[in-house]
Amino acid sequence: MSKKWKFSDIVKWGPGRHEPGATIPESGTAEQYETGGWRTERPIRDREKCNDCMICFFACPDSSIRVENGRLVDIDLKHCKGCGICAQVCPRDAIEMKNEIEARMEEGKKEEEKV
Amino acid sequence: MSRKAMTGNGAIALALKQAEPDVMSAYPITPQTEIAQNYAQFVADGAVKTEYIAVESEHSAMSAAIGSAAAGARTITATSSQGFALMWEMLFIAASLRLPITMPVITRALSGPINIHCDHSDSMGGRDCGWVQLYGEDAQEGYDNAIQAFRIAEHMDVRLPVMTMIDGFIISGAIGPLEVLQDDQVKQFVGPYEPIHPLLDIDNPVTVGAFDSLGGWYFEHKVTQNMAMDKAMSVIESVGREYGQLTGREYSHFKTHMIEDADIVLVAIGSAAGNVKTMVDRLRAGGVKVGMMKVRTFRPFPHLQVAGALAGARVIGVMDRSDSFGAQGGPLFTEIRSAMFEAPRRPQTFNFIYGLGGRDIFPDDIEGAVRLLEKAAAGEEISQKRYYLNVREVSLDGQA
Amino acid sequence: MAKPKEIANRPERLTGGHRLCAGCGAPINVRQIMSVCPGPAVVSVATGCLEVSSTIYPYTAWKDSMIHSAFENAAATISGVETAFRALKKQGKISHDMYFVTFGGDGGTYDIGLQALSGAVERGHNFLYVCYDNGAYMNTGFQRSSATPCGAWTTTSPVGTESFGKTQNRKDLAEILVAHDIPYVATASPHNFKDLMNKAEKAFTTPGPAFINVISPCPRGWRTPGDQTIALAKEAVQSCYWPLYEVEHGKYKVNYKPRPERKTPVADWMKKQGRFAHLFKRPDGEKVLAEIQEYIDRKWQELLKKEECL
Repeated sequence: MSKKWKFSDIVKWGPGRHEPGATIPESGTAEQYETGGWRTERPIRDREKCNDCMICFFACPDSSIRVENGRLVDIDLKHCKGCGICAQVCPRDAIEMKNEIEARMEEGKKEEEKV
Repeated sequence: MSRKAMTGNGAIALALKQAEPDVMSAYPITPQTEIAQNYAQFVADGAVKTEYIAVESEHSAMSAAIGSAAAGARTITATSSQGFALMWEMLFIAASLRLPITMPVITRALSGPINIHCDHSDSMGGRDCGWVQLYGEDAQEGYDNAIQAFRIAEHMDVRLPVMTMIDGFIISGAIGPLEVLQDDQVKQFVGPYEPIHPLLDIDNPVTVGAFDSLGGWYFEHKVTQNMAMDKAMSVIESVGREYGQLTGREYSHFKTHMIEDADIVLVAIGSAAGNVKTMVDRLRAGGVKVGMMKVRTFRPFPHLQVAGALAGARVIGVMDRSDSFGAQGGPLFTEIRSAMFEAPRRPQTFNFIYGLGGRDIFPDDIEGAVRLLEKAAAGEEISQKRYYLNVREVSLDGQA
Repeated sequence: MAKPKEIANRPERLTGGHRLCAGCGAPINVRQIMSVCPGPAVVSVATGCLEVSSTIYPYTAWKDSMIHSAFENAAATISGVETAFRALKKQGKISHDMYFVTFGGDGGTYDIGLQALSGAVERGHNFLYVCYDNGAYMNTGFQRSSATPCGAWTTTSPVGTESFGKTQNRKDLAEILVAHDIPYVATASPHNFKDLMNKAEKAFTTPGPAFINVISPCPRGWRTPGDQTIALAKEAVQSCYWPLYEVEHGKYKVNYKPRPERKTPVADWMKKQGRFAHLFKRPDGEKVLAEIQEYIDRKWQELLKKEECL
């Protein structure tokens, strides 16, 4: 029964195509859903100030603080909703909330410069 | 096979014991209590491997059964009346999650006023909750249906919960003869349980009961659910045939008696079918061309087969042990009448509601109904369709 | 308990992409609790914000098996799951260990689900029940529950000329669970993640039923900015509105005792929340605030006495 779902197909599925009882036969499929678009503010982390204390990791509602080997590597902007808790709880003021549109425009500029 | 004298409840508890499910959750309610307590005793005696959850309400009985079945265990419960009503919300959810729970229902009137005796208000009230419904006439049928229920519910084309009814007190509390299978025969018939997407499979975690609202697939899921109900129709028949090979007692959706040349057919469900059969034989001896149908499968309702079997009838009298307030008649009546609507020769249909709250039904009541149907068969115009039998100050002639 | 850094290295058990509001307290609590669950789990969730937002078909944020069946029965549902586990383990059909946890909001726990919870813990199922208490029926749009604090505006304890919001104090749910004499009962807050995770780990590893009541600030219902969730949880604890304590086999331990000068007035905490704004404007507000403070102080003193005596 277990098979990997193709999410692009499900939207077209009629009766009989789904699992009995509408069970979702996989776990963690919400990872494929983007909530980053909700953001009006974006957390920007200052690597210099951050000492990987993990307070923001445990305070994040959206599992968006990425940690590898005990180090905070980056922020998952696909899912981060921009609530600002991470910036608020940071004891070293290492996270700043920046206007999302401005952040995107800056990103765009950087991309242009690269090109 | 051996022969025993048992109460209806005892027979059903025995059937459940022989099938030996993994989990039973139950809460006592008259007249089902004997099943809950007999089974608890089997567990206490180590006679079954079943884990028993003595829940704090029927709502929790069905909720725990849902959890257990979704986890991947063969699961049962049993109830009556108010307990059935309290489970109401969860009955729909058990069916929509496609969990093959089986549940004997010992039918009893619904409050109010409170009444502990038999009628079909409880199970008939739940006729659209998505469960397969099988009605038994006596303890033997209760026993046989309880065993077949596992096979029907767990069939891969069906995967729907199944409830099997016997009449409270009249059957549940009365001692009668019972043909009993050997334990291993039952186990072999029921077979091993194969869960689908069990919660306990740690290699394949799943989400059961997801939110599926506007923009989702709720409609597709409900259509799928009804497709399973359609498929249950033939599964009930094939399981009934196989059970017949094992026991000599073959089951289908209904049974008929003296129907071939009958102008008048009485349709009944539950224990009163026996009384009706006796009266059919008696009236036949007096020259009345009367026959009967005893309905076993109420959900899915076998409307095509019913219409075929009743095609020769000129007048049909449907006997309901529950009322449907504000409807054209009782639940069985509306099904039968609807099934006959497209018959090549549409019969006249009449509804006789009887036995609410355990009220007795007497031979005279049935004979009175047949005499009325005879008049209709003879061409007399009778506009009134719904009648109540054995109600104080209400006679068949004077009912409005 | 492992060090937070080590815990943070573990795989996430609640993914991003769920659709709870920005700044919601519920997923913070879930993440902290699940991060210390010692093995694979089955999670049952009562109908509510967490359930609808984390399992919008075909998306599920749960990495463990999850079941939702209805609102009032999450504890009954998990008791069926846990019993099935025992049944199949006894028969040798399952060899692995598993953990069982239920999440319910305050509506699904204090109110409509109280009977199922009481029944499940009385029967002694081996599971952890977590109530994420945001103090109202937030999923339906802020209606009062028996967990709503006195003085709070909700849509069914509205503010008007004849009403200052909810007139009753909260039901003391943790004490109701203590009265069931179960092995482990605790209250916790997501601002003190070490304490919460320590408690969750204890709850998971203590055989038998365990209960944790965890405060879960709700930006929408509390009328607070989304980034204040953790700060508000912290101040709730500092004001002793939400004391942190645990009861292990009947033995009380208060985990955080502010020195008297650091115990903040509850009004300071309330002032930061729009749901209490009216109390700071209307003439009867001062009296109501004084009564609330008196109630908080009484409950706090009672708790300290329990710790001394029990």
